[in-house]
Amino acid sequence: MNDLTINTDLARKILTGFIHSEITRAGYSRAVIALSGGVDSTLSTYLAAEALGPQNVLAVRMPYKSSTPDSLEHAQLVIDILGLPSITIPITDMVDPLIARFPDASPVRRGNVMARARMIVLYDQSEAFQGLVVGTGNKTEILLGYTTLYGDSACAINPLGDLYKTQVRQLARDLEIPEPIIAKAPSADLWVGQTDEGELGFTYAEVDQLLYLLVDQRYSPDECVAAGFKKEFVDTVVKRIQRNQYKRMLPPIAKLSNRTVGYDFLYLRDWGT
Amino acid sequence: MKLTLALAQINTRLGDVPANLEKHLALAKEARSSGADLLLFPELSLTGYVLQDLASAVAHRPTPDDPIFQPLLQASHDLDMVVGFVDEDKRHRFYITAAYLSRGEVIHTHHKVYLPTYGLFDEGRFFAWGDNIRAFDTRFGRAGMLICEDFWHASPPYLLWLDGADLFLFTSASPGRGLRNEPQLESARWVEHINRAYASLFTAFVAHANRVGYEDGLNFWGGSTLFDPNGELLAKGPYHEEALTLSQIDLDQFHRTRARLPLLRDERTGLVMREMGRILSK
Repeated sequence: MNDLTINTDLARKILTGFIHSEITRAGYSRAVIALSGGVDSTLSTYLAAEALGPQNVLAVRMPYKSSTPDSLEHAQLVIDILGLPSITIPITDMVDPLIARFPDASPVRRGNVMARARMIVLYDQSEAFQGLVVGTGNKTEILLGYTTLYGDSACAINPLGDLYKTQVRQLARDLEIPEPIIAKAPSADLWVGQTDEGELGFTYAEVDQLLYLLVDQRYSPDECVAAGFKKEFVDTVVKRIQRNQYKRMLPPIAKLSNRTVGYDFLYLRDWGT
Repeated sequence: MKLTLALAQINTRLGDVPANLEKHLALAKEARSSGADLLLFPELSLTGYVLQDLASAVAHRPTPDDPIFQPLLQASHDLDMVVGFVDEDKRHRFYITAAYLSRGEVIHTHHKVYLPTYGLFDEGRFFAWGDNIRAFDTRFGRAGMLICEDFWHASPPYLLWLDGADLFLFTSASPGRGLRNEPQLESARWVEHINRAYASLFTAFVAHANRVGYEDGLNFWGGSTLFDPNGELLAKGPYHEEALTLSQIDLDQFHRTRARLPLLRDERTGLVMREMGRILSK
């Protein structure tokens, strides 16, 4: 077993500094976060509240009619503990008319509609609250592409994107996030009974070990098999990483001129600040 | 002889040279009023680090008539300063540069000779490679300047040592990376190790000023250090926070350390030269 343990004091310092720096440099002082009541969004919310002050972080709850009551309750717990402003906007009335036109739509298709409806609500709250959207995606799901493009992946900044799920849980424990939030089965909660690990076919604890070797330690797939991972598992994960590269990039622009956005027009977002 | 050295681990505004200049002048004043004789700013302290296409737009010449260097040279009448900037040479090549300013003059400039162009780094794409490693005389003795990746290689500090440098003035804009279950990042641990090693191996003072702040998702970790000729840590700035760290250096320490440990006396440069010639002629 590779030790993915991190120094959480250092992580906390870097990540709260990052949130504060990148939001204030963009000319804002506030954040909005889609708070599902899961460990990722709860951790992002804790970090943002510490970075900006709880009064400057709007927690947005966006239940669908089939969402588990746990989600709303756990989110409320976080809102109460941190003393956050919050708003609850059910997405059922937005989502159902579209889904009704396509009664045979697959669960994935329905799930994507829900994730993108939430994005619309969240970005509307971003303008209303004058806060930037703080993302909640972790390194595991970014690498696996376990996310809806322009849905839950949409954000202005992402403090968790270089932490594996295992490390998210470790940091969450050290920040004293309520244990039921950390311990429950991770779920996108897009349909009844959905769990991340059920849908992916492996546990986060397993895949984080493999991703750490493949990505951080630059092991080849063969070396991962030699290190003790089942070949089928390695192949599945490698394929997933490769197939989902498009979700980790801006759409490619067809180059025509001498200077093209994305290729040779290169500036950081923090340009001039 | 004693000298008070100040390490200015600052945050910078990316591409906003006038704003960064203002911070330099304010810190020069503060350092001077605290008794500093020499003030060390980090790599690219006047411009910010991930410049990309801004590199040419923020370039300056370190001359008395340059609008940025004119006030810096003025301030250098009060204390010596090392500042980081982009130098545009007469033929319009752009270098990551450190300049040593003293009593209204530019005593020395160093163009970064190792431009990391791997991993998260892309310096070789935007900058020209420096081609000289030279020690130079200051009013505190002979010194040498290196910029970040320069001293990740062993040869530049070694060359400075042989060229007479006893004060090693290192500057960085080092992006933090390698979070583990340790109180400092892997990048911080590495840099601290090698700076302590250089101080010990060369029985010299090694000062390192590293910046703080963020540029997009990159964090800069600070933790500026000063090691003495025995390899002892004299001063250290905090991680990830702006700070002006002052420490007094006793230049008589060279006499004591080198009487005990004559590594410089015994260095066999002729042997090095001969073996280098053999190795390179293979």
